[in-house]
Amino acid sequence: MIDIKDLSKIYIVGDERVHALDHATLHIYPEEFVSIIGPSGSGKSTLMNIIGCLDVADAGSYYLDGMPIESYTENQLAAIRNRKIGFVFQNFNLIPKLSAEENVELPLIYQKVKRAERAVRVKEALERVGLTKRAKHLPTELSGGQQQRVAIARAIVTDPKLILADEPTGALDSKTGHEIIDIFHELHSQGNTIVLITHDNDIAKQASRSIHILDGKTTEVKL
Amino acid sequence: MIIAFKMAIRSIGSNKMRAALTMLGIIIGVVALVVLVSLTSGATDSVTDAVSDLGSSMLTVTISDDKGVPITLDTVNEWMNESAVGEIAPYASSSATAAADGTSGEVTVYGTTPAYYDIQGLQLAMGRWLKTSDVENHTYVCVINEATAEELIGYTDCVGQAITLNGVRYTVAGVLSDEENSLTSLVSSGSMVAYLPYTSLIRLADSLTEEVTSFCVSAPENGTMDEVEAAMTQLLMERFEDDDDAFEVSSQSVLEETMGSVTSTLTILLGGIAAISLIVGGIGIMNIMLVTVTERTREIGIRKAIGANRRTILGQFLMEAVVICMIGCVLGIFLSWGILQTVNTVVSSLKMTFSLNGGVVMIAVAFCFLIGIVFGLYPANKAAKMKPIDALHYGG
Repeated sequence: MIDIKDLSKIYIVGDERVHALDHATLHIYPEEFVSIIGPSGSGKSTLMNIIGCLDVADAGSYYLDGMPIESYTENQLAAIRNRKIGFVFQNFNLIPKLSAEENVELPLIYQKVKRAERAVRVKEALERVGLTKRAKHLPTELSGGQQQRVAIARAIVTDPKLILADEPTGALDSKTGHEIIDIFHELHSQGNTIVLITHDNDIAKQASRSIHILDGKTTEVKL
Repeated sequence: MIIAFKMAIRSIGSNKMRAALTMLGIIIGVVALVVLVSLTSGATDSVTDAVSDLGSSMLTVTISDDKGVPITLDTVNEWMNESAVGEIAPYASSSATAAADGTSGEVTVYGTTPAYYDIQGLQLAMGRWLKTSDVENHTYVCVINEATAEELIGYTDCVGQAITLNGVRYTVAGVLSDEENSLTSLVSSGSMVAYLPYTSLIRLADSLTEEVTSFCVSAPENGTMDEVEAAMTQLLMERFEDDDDAFEVSSQSVLEETMGSVTSTLTILLGGIAAISLIVGGIGIMNIMLVTVTERTREIGIRKAIGANRRTILGQFLMEAVVICMIGCVLGIFLSWGILQTVNTVVSSLKMTFSLNGGVVMIAVAFCFLIGIVFGLYPANKAAKMKPIDALHYGG
């Protein structure tokens, strides 16, 4: 599913070269629930951006579902993000002007899915996160947990190969956080590949496998 | 497309005050363009109408060099027998001091023949017009217009009264009704005019002789103006040794053409000025769109993360700019319509009507669309080119 080899990313801060990623290597297989854990500044955000095709590496290779990501243009990457990856962010990243169902509908619009089919799939996705009743609400009218559920619905509505969650519980209290993690477990049991990025060991333990990242280097940890 | 349109409407609606102020620039531009051009073309139409009312069935001939064979009243009578020519009325004008019952004033005096009445399409209010016998016997009669009657005598019903012109006594034979709603009345309303037999005027004014230097010609009942013009030109060429500098034949259509070119230049000029104000409105749109793009950097990042490509983002912001422009355009056109209706009520006494000029409305719509595209393109492109990762982490 994900095959990353010797991936490096270098930022130049002032005169200093910072290795955000230093020959990172990792493999993730289909239908796995993997967590990537590391303290802040460890390069996990950079790794997440590269896995999510939001950014490209300076060196090394990244195959997503067999496709060499570094060889694609910006527009092709947009299509890959649209069809293969579902994002769940720490701060939800919903569009404030759009209602819950419109936020969920957006990736389907970019896929040019027909209106009738969109309606069915949006309804389905909201059902899976248990938010059918709040479909017409704006993000500002929803609690943090509910907003994150909308974001998860938006991530799964396209039926992506990979669900990429960046600190999905970071902005939530622990009870709500557990509810969100439960949703991920459920999605995993339904056959989705999930990559969860976190700095929290307890959350990381929820995954079936953990990869540790420190100073841009990755190490496998069995929990 | 429809979704993009809905999104644009929603995002414009989310900041109504700003959108309204931005639109105002476009609205003012459109109103300036549509109202100015419609007013000019409305005025042009009514002036052109007035000019053709004045007698498009008339030629005016002026002789500048008689080559030793001056035209006399007899020549004119001879020419009137030509089949291609209708009626001919020689005329000369002078000014004189008119007086009656102690009041006096400056009067423009025309000397002419009976044919003048029909050719010029004059209307008598009372009394009679000049007769052939008046011309033959150079009688001391005159026909005056209503303004003269009211100024000099004090009332219109003054047939048979006497007035003096430069001290010579004339009897008023008829009073002409002042034309309304024509160009002459617009230009010369209230001016005093008196018509005398041609021969009488020659006696009155020292500077005038028997020689006819200007006359007007009408077409026969079943002839066209072009035929008359050709026939008259031929007669004059024969008389004046084929020298076409000796005389000038001018018809109303020449006047109309000149006026047409003057007013179309005016229309282009005013339209151009209005177009500049539209462009200024367009710059306002560009300004606001740049602010919007910066404000919505995060939204752009989210959209890109979930799969919007450059074209989608470009389309979204371009659509927003065009929609602002087009809403402004439609409002501007409605406002222009309102203004023109108001102008119509205000100047209804002038018998001029101003209506929305269809052509300029089309131009305004097309121009607004173009402005939306041109001034929306740079901000939209700026949005489209944002890197998803930079946009996502912007300001948070």
